[in-house]
Amino acid sequence: MTKSVFQRPKYLKNVPFHYCPGCGHSIIHRLIAEVIEELDIGGITIGVPPAGCAVLAYDYFDVDMGEAAHGRGCAVATGIKRILPDRIVFSYQGDGDIAAIGTAETIHAANRGENITVIFVNNSCYGMTGGQMAPTTVLGQKTTTTPGGRTAPMHGTPIDLSQMIALARGSVYIERTSVHSVRHILKTKKALMKAFTAQMNGKGFSLVEILSPCPTNWKLSPVEAFAHIEKEITKTFPLKVIKDEIDANRQGSP
Amino acid sequence: MMEIDNATFIQAESEIAAINMVLGASMAGARAMTSSSSPGISLKQEGISFLAAQELPAVIVNCMRGGPGLGNIAPSQGDYFQATRGGGHGDYRSIVLAPATGQELADFTARAFDLADRYRSPVVLLIDGMMGQMMEPVIPPDFVNVADIPYKNWILDGARDRPSRIIKSLILDPAKEEEHNWKLYRKYENITKELQITEAYQVDDARLVVMAYGTAARIAKGAIKRVREIGLKVGLLRPLTLWPFPARAVEDASRFVKEFLVFEMNTGQMVEDVRLALKHRSEVHFYGRPGGVVSTPDEIAKVITSLYYRLHLEEEQ
Repeated sequence: MTKSVFQRPKYLKNVPFHYCPGCGHSIIHRLIAEVIEELDIGGITIGVPPAGCAVLAYDYFDVDMGEAAHGRGCAVATGIKRILPDRIVFSYQGDGDIAAIGTAETIHAANRGENITVIFVNNSCYGMTGGQMAPTTVLGQKTTTTPGGRTAPMHGTPIDLSQMIALARGSVYIERTSVHSVRHILKTKKALMKAFTAQMNGKGFSLVEILSPCPTNWKLSPVEAFAHIEKEITKTFPLKVIKDEIDANRQGSP
Repeated sequence: MMEIDNATFIQAESEIAAINMVLGASMAGARAMTSSSSPGISLKQEGISFLAAQELPAVIVNCMRGGPGLGNIAPSQGDYFQATRGGGHGDYRSIVLAPATGQELADFTARAFDLADRYRSPVVLLIDGMMGQMMEPVIPPDFVNVADIPYKNWILDGARDRPSRIIKSLILDPAKEEEHNWKLYRKYENITKELQITEAYQVDDARLVVMAYGTAARIAKGAIKRVREIGLKVGLLRPLTLWPFPARAVEDASRFVKEFLVFEMNTGQMVEDVRLALKHRSEVHFYGRPGGVVSTPDEIAKVITSLYYRLHLEEEQ
C-alpha cells in the first residue's frame, strides 16, 4: 500500500507550467494554491493575473480569475472586492507591472485600505519582454537596456515599492521574502498565509513581495540565479517584515 | 451618491483607476459606471478596450469639453470620432447614446445599463458641458427590480459549486483572436440592426433637414421653430444613437429630401456618417462651431435661412 506524501495542490489545474527552467513563478503559484487550500477559501477566491510572464496564471489557478491590463491589478481587485466584500481577492503582479506602470493604482489601493492581498513577484527586470531594466533593477545589473549595468546618474536608483506601500496608512501587512532556498520558500508560504488571513479577518491591504530568480534574463543557471538573489539582490531588497499592523487597533477598511 | 442603498461609490485617484475599478466591479456582476470629460475619457480608453474585449457591461459618461489637449471646459462635441470608432486600441465599437435633455439623461442612463447588460458591451453616454451644468426638472425613471435583470452566468464570484471561470482578453493564437474579433463583429452587426434610434421633428414636409445631436440638436430645434415662423420648410432629424449610426432613418429621409445640413459643435465629424448613409443621393452641407463655442438658435436660424434661399428651396418645384 502506498501513501501519498506529495501531490498537486487542489487549486492548481493539472497542466504543465510554461515558465522557464528555474523561474520562481511556478514555486510561488504552488505556494499560493497551497495556502488557498489550507485556508479552505478556494470557492470564494478571485484572482487577478497581471500582464507579463504570469499573465497565463489564469490557466494554472483553479479559482475564478479575471485579467487586468498592465499595472491595473489593484484597481480591478478593488472593483471586485467592493462588490463582493465577503470573497477573497488577490492580485498577482510582477515588478514591471506593479512598480512602474501600476504604481499609482497600487499606492492608492493600499492607502484606501482596500481589503485585498497583493503578491508582488520581483525579478528585477521585465522578464517577458526580454529582460529590460525595470524600476527594481539593482545598480550594476546588466540588462538589454542597461548593457553596461544600471548606474544611478544615468538610470536612477532601484525603487523600493514595498517601503512606499508601508507608508500608506491603509496597509497592514507588508513582508519581503524570497524563493531562492527551501528555508525561504517556507518563509514565503508563512507570509502568504498571514497576508490571506489578514484579508479574511477584514484587516486591510496586505502585500507580500517575493524575490524571484530570472535565470533566462539574468543569463545565469538556475543554481547561480538562486545564489545571485542571496548575494546581490537582497543587498538592495533586504528580506524582512516591513510592516505588521495586523493586530493594531485601527478603523476598519472599506 | 455614496448614500444609495446597495451601491458603492469610489472617488478614484485617476481615470485609469476608475475605469479599471468599473471593470473589476463588472466582472463581479455589478452594474458599474464611471464619468469624466474629454481628457479624462482619453485616459479611460485602455479600460474601455478591455471591457469591449472581455465583453463586460459598463456605462461611461463623457461630458465633452473643448479640445484637443487641455482645451477648455466649455461645451463641445469634439469626441464624436473617439466615441463612435471605439476610441481605444483594437477592432471594437461601443454603443454611443446622445441624450439632449435632463429627462433624456435620466432615462438614457437607466437604458444604458440595460443595453450594456443585454449586449455585454460598454455603453457611452456622449453629452457635453452644457448638459453637464444644466438644471432641468426630471421625472426619475423607475428603479429596476433586481430580480428582473437577466442572470449573468459568466461573472466571477468564487467557484464554490461550479467549475472555475476565467475572464480574459489575451488570445495568443491569431486564428482564435480572429475568431473572437468576428464574434464581436457579429454582435456589432446585430446591434446595428436592432438599435438605431432617431427623433424626427417636422421632417414630413421639409425641403431641408438639419441633422444634429445633443445640445446642438436643441439649438437647431430652436432655430427651426424660428424659420418655420417665416414659412421655411425645415425639419430636424436627431440621432439618439450615434453608434450604431441611424443610417436607415437618414436613408429613408433622403427619399423625400434632397438637402441636408449637419450642425455640430466641432469641425465636422458626424457629417462623415451622414455622407456615408446618404451615398451621394442628397447634398450634405455642414456648419460647425468647435472649441467650446455654443451657437444661439438665432445664429443657426440665419445659417439655415441663408442656405435655404441660396439653394432656392423656397421656389415651388
